[in-house]
Amino acid sequence: MNGTAIEVRDLTVAYRDTPVLWDVDLDLPAGVLMAIVGPNGAGKTTLIKAILGLVEPAAGLVLVNGSPYRSERRAVAYVPQRGSVDWDFPTSVLDVVMMGMYGRLGWLRRPGKAEREAGMQALEKVAMADFAGRQISQLSGGQQQRVFLARALAQDASIYLMDEPFQGVDATTERAIVVLLQELRSQGNTVAVVHHDLQTVPEYFDWVLLLNVRRIAAGTVAEAFTDENLRATYGGRVPYLRGTSAEPPPEPFRLDRASGLE
Amino acid sequence: MTLPFVLDFTLRTVAIGAAVLGIVSGTLGTYAVLRGQSLLGDAISHAALPGIAVAFLLTGVRSPVVLVLGAAAAGWIGALLVLQISKQTRIPYDASLGLVLSVFFGFGMVLLTFIQRLPSGNQAGLDTFLFGQAAALLPRDVVVMSVLGLIAISATILLWKELKLLAFDREFGASIGLPMRALDVTLTSLLVFAIVIGLQTVGVVLMSAILIAPAAAARQWSDRLGRIVLLAALFGAAAGVTGAVISASTPRLPTGPTIVLCAGAIMLVSLLAAPRRGLLAAHVRSRRSHRNLRELGVLEDMYTLARHHEDPLHPHPAVVLRTMTSGPESVQPGLRGLERRGWARRVDGDLWALTDSGLESAHAEFAAPVAGEAPGVRSLHGGRR
Repeated sequence: MNGTAIEVRDLTVAYRDTPVLWDVDLDLPAGVLMAIVGPNGAGKTTLIKAILGLVEPAAGLVLVNGSPYRSERRAVAYVPQRGSVDWDFPTSVLDVVMMGMYGRLGWLRRPGKAEREAGMQALEKVAMADFAGRQISQLSGGQQQRVFLARALAQDASIYLMDEPFQGVDATTERAIVVLLQELRSQGNTVAVVHHDLQTVPEYFDWVLLLNVRRIAAGTVAEAFTDENLRATYGGRVPYLRGTSAEPPPEPFRLDRASGLE
Repeated sequence: MTLPFVLDFTLRTVAIGAAVLGIVSGTLGTYAVLRGQSLLGDAISHAALPGIAVAFLLTGVRSPVVLVLGAAAAGWIGALLVLQISKQTRIPYDASLGLVLSVFFGFGMVLLTFIQRLPSGNQAGLDTFLFGQAAALLPRDVVVMSVLGLIAISATILLWKELKLLAFDREFGASIGLPMRALDVTLTSLLVFAIVIGLQTVGVVLMSAILIAPAAAARQWSDRLGRIVLLAALFGAAAGVTGAVISASTPRLPTGPTIVLCAGAIMLVSLLAAPRRGLLAAHVRSRRSHRNLRELGVLEDMYTLARHHEDPLHPHPAVVLRTMTSGPESVQPGLRGLERRGWARRVDGDLWALTDSGLESAHAEFAAPVAGEAPGVRSLHGGRR
């Protein structure tokens, strides 16, 4: 799949009088793995929610695969922040994953055998199949994150928007998730991820969007992830030292091998 | 001959009515509790009072359909106001709940006093709506309640997965295109139905208890939404029928408080005795885990001694083990626990030795710790975390 997966034009979003996003433009080509970085309050979450139509923009336009989001919903999967739901809710892991298929199921139809199988497949991809029947309150933070990832995989989309999928995840699980995201990209999908660890941006991602209410820069990591742009994004206090990670990136772990280490 | 028959008939009407109200309240109450909106029910039921009064003033009749319509309209306006106030203004959610509840209820009380001064007012008996009067339930009331209840339950079943998503992850639901706002309004309307059904029996003041208590009690017993809803309906029906029958057969006993006491008893038992979430189970679990950890601590010390001795099964005095622990507690209970497991044996007097199986367990537990897993985790939980 070629072309532009997500097109954002002059997007402005405000909460009451305060603009959270100001005149943001973005052309996200299909088939890339993009990090969205910026300081707290930069509007990263708001950008994702605006693309998904969850917040009303004050101005601007969002197109997904060249069409309004409304008509391209099936093409987009969403991983919300882990803290956005009540993990003591009485439901099982497989149940949460099958929620990814509610949109396709339509009204009045309950998930059945086909959905259960698809849900199990998604759980296997994140090495959580053994936890299918588990009540979600018994999961660790990293396991919760993987359940949300599995739900997004169950949506069977081509564009994945993820809000801090590495939050509260240990280093091993983080690498396993990265491998999964890179697999998604190599299958031709587009993945955009809100990310906080600037150190790992060049290693994990091939595209980057630097955001601080305004769009500071966007493009390949080589073009956009420059000292100058980082300073512009973080106001001089760059929490990142370049050139310190000269050693080659360590061997990526696999989720199925890492699963016991949660 | 006629009196027992009349009594039976009344009691049957009361029991059916109370069962309907319990089932519907339990079902919808589950969603209210899970969504953290338990007190929205309280605001709605209090807000219904002026609706009842206005409906009576406008029509002059005490027909259940008219009063229920009035109550539903006012309750619905109240719920909408709560949601709008907390959304449009900076007044927090709990404050807007309190505002709507007290203002509507105050207005209702003023109207009620006014009605009672009217010549026709005394016969109206609208004040029974404050604390409920099950004995006053007529078959036509029960018919109205059942029809409303059937609508509410059917809607809950038809919208099962959508309502589940609304309660669990509203934004995700919106992202896949479900009309979450419409679903929210629908669920709130169903909650209004449930409340209106119970008003005549339980009364506006305590109606929220019959929404919250069965649902909170049911949550104690299961981790599956379907089972919780079923249990809550069952608990609601049990509390409703018991309370209503007791109050209807006892003169001057208001129904609402009696039903609420029954629901409270169910809640109390669930809080204490539920297998996983109950307080007793939690206490037993924590006692057991303390004992386990203490035994494992002694086992580790015995294992340390065994590794420094030619014969790993050589006995050592308990005093030596005592010096190896830093805590104030004695090693005796731990040793006796290990003896019960067959991992240690008392050789003679104060001398203790590991058994073969004890050595094996100690080896498995402490020799090669698995990364990320604290010692004792495996034997504590049988491999589960």
